[in-house]
Amino acid sequence: MNPRTIAAVAAGKLAGLASRVSRRGGGTAIAGLAALRVDPGVVRRLASQAGAGTIAVTGTNGKTTTSLMLSRIASAAGLRPLHNRSGSNLMRGVAAMLVEEATLTATIPDAKRRLAIMEVDEATLPEIVREVAPRAVVFTNLFRDQLDRYGEVDTVAKSWERALAAAAAETTLVLNADDPAVAHLGRSAPGRVLYYGVDDAAAGIDSDEHASDFRTCLDCGAELAYDVTFYGHIGHWRCSSCPNRRPAPHVRVTRVALGQDATSLTIATDSGELHVKLPLAGLYNAYNALAAAAGAIALGLPHDAVVGALEGFSAAFGRQERFSVEGRHVQVLLGKNPTGLNQVLRALAARDGRKTMLFFLNDGIADGRDISWIWDADYETVQPQTAWVLAAGTRAEDLALRLKYAGFGDDVPIEHSTATALRRALDATPAGGTLYVVPTYTAMLEVRELLAKRGGARRFWEGA
Amino acid sequence: MSEPVLRVAHLYPRLMNIYGDRGNIMCLRHRCEARGIGFELAELGLRDRLDPAAFDLIFAGGAQDREQRGVVDDLLATKADAVREAVEDGVALLAVCGAYQLFGRFYREASGAELPGAGIFDLHTEHPGEGVRRCIGNVVADWDAPDGPRTIVGFENHGGRTRLGPGARPLARVRSGYGNNGEDGTEGAVYRNAIGTYIHGSLLPKNPALADHVIRLALSRRYGDVALVTIDDRAEERAHAAALRLR
Repeated sequence: MNPRTIAAVAAGKLAGLASRVSRRGGGTAIAGLAALRVDPGVVRRLASQAGAGTIAVTGTNGKTTTSLMLSRIASAAGLRPLHNRSGSNLMRGVAAMLVEEATLTATIPDAKRRLAIMEVDEATLPEIVREVAPRAVVFTNLFRDQLDRYGEVDTVAKSWERALAAAAAETTLVLNADDPAVAHLGRSAPGRVLYYGVDDAAAGIDSDEHASDFRTCLDCGAELAYDVTFYGHIGHWRCSSCPNRRPAPHVRVTRVALGQDATSLTIATDSGELHVKLPLAGLYNAYNALAAAAGAIALGLPHDAVVGALEGFSAAFGRQERFSVEGRHVQVLLGKNPTGLNQVLRALAARDGRKTMLFFLNDGIADGRDISWIWDADYETVQPQTAWVLAAGTRAEDLALRLKYAGFGDDVPIEHSTATALRRALDATPAGGTLYVVPTYTAMLEVRELLAKRGGARRFWEGA
Repeated sequence: MSEPVLRVAHLYPRLMNIYGDRGNIMCLRHRCEARGIGFELAELGLRDRLDPAAFDLIFAGGAQDREQRGVVDDLLATKADAVREAVEDGVALLAVCGAYQLFGRFYREASGAELPGAGIFDLHTEHPGEGVRRCIGNVVADWDAPDGPRTIVGFENHGGRTRLGPGARPLARVRSGYGNNGEDGTEGAVYRNAIGTYIHGSLLPKNPALADHVIRLALSRRYGDVALVTIDDRAEERAHAAALRLR
């Protein structure tokens, strides 16, 4: 192995160790940064050793859950995944994961059986495509998220198109046919394209959600029309004036039944049907499972591995993740942008019973400094079933005002301290009852840390 | 006299909705209905004609560049003349972010190409080039409200720099943030009963005094000076006060 890569692995391991010892943090970013500084090609040189190649997963919502599902499918298929499971999805996070897996001679052990599964930030995707030439790239969806950081949604779409135009012909694109922005990427693909989508129109909704980010045709600029809307701008779309329309998906959900805690799916493929009982609620998770199944099919993984892994799936950190604390159930449901939050609220509203709700709104860099998106999220959905509510986070006052408009009352209490908010919410939850925590990204990390301290769960970087 | 009714035209609610502009409509509705003032909303999209006499307030929000390009042709073809006529007649207008730019005289893109605007406000906007930073962040601006000095709080995110001509005066002066161009300290524009601003967040919910000012302006043409009774603004004032403390 290249001596520079060996030095990079050593530097990364050392930095990660130092970070973990000194502040009990995950240390993922620091280890990756240190390794990349010594060898900017460290990701390529380590990932290329994986005998089963690399699959990348990107998109606004669902990439953490989808890549975790892919990782479980790969394991069920007898492969050993190399997966940045901590959710650290910039170049440094991918580098850190590979450095941790590598030996001191910069070799990946058991390389023949390894499949690299990379969850990749939207803005980092072009670099990953250039560096590692993945066998497949799965795109989940594209919604507005952190406009202050990424710029406009169009900026992300354009950077993807440029990256894919230069991608290797061996790279298969796995695209959500129901998202007009993602489906459009099939046009610039030099290689194979595998579309996935939900055919079952019965899962559609009547109402028009306010958080919908692609309203016009990417070919001609005319308004898009929808025969079926599933959520946001996801649905059976067609241009009102030119021939651009939803492509017919290769991997498709022909039947979906949404339950309170689980979802039944029938997935049709060119090589037969899969019947999956997914232990997660919400149509957005059906899409995550579908994306993972399509990615697995693109790699030629067997159907029984897909079904087995999805049926035994447990939630990724902070995504419908369950904890047990002080005789109460706590479920953490990340809601970081209007479309994602609307899906979470919809899944919550489908669950019976009066609810104890703890909402967080933080405006850290990783959350997005601009909180105006809360006005496009439909908090109204869960208001009728809410028995108790607290608005928390660095922007608790804005959240309380939004909740006032959603009918939660003029006096929604606010709390800035994450620990105190959790304490108050646990006290308000009846013994044996469930507390629903709906945080933005940085609040989710804090809440998980606090729950872990109370014995609720292991820290995410320690592995499951 | 029967109860007043606020008739609002929301232009391009589907295409120009990127920064929570729906919150402004929710706010106007709430603050009218809480006082027994009727609220009627018409949503006007592409190709819809605007009757300049049918509304008390015209509202339009922010958009992405691609949607904005689609909107500008339609605006000039089907609505700009009517909006101009309405504003000259005393109808109120609230234009936030992208719509604020569209209602100026022109927008000069980074490439140098000039897009004509609706010409409601005497102002123009120039994009300084792709390499120049966008104006992004929290804003606090000092506003000379009818009842004395107040503040307007919110968030801005715009690439274009706007400069006012002699026919428009600024809505406010930035205490922190960029405002129109990051140089002359001005924020937004006022012409007759029309208000343009870069501030979203949403703008109106946590600036209740500005929301009431817009409602009063809008009702004044048909109903004269309408007294707005005090309503419960504790949550609004709390959010406003918290925003004053943001960096």
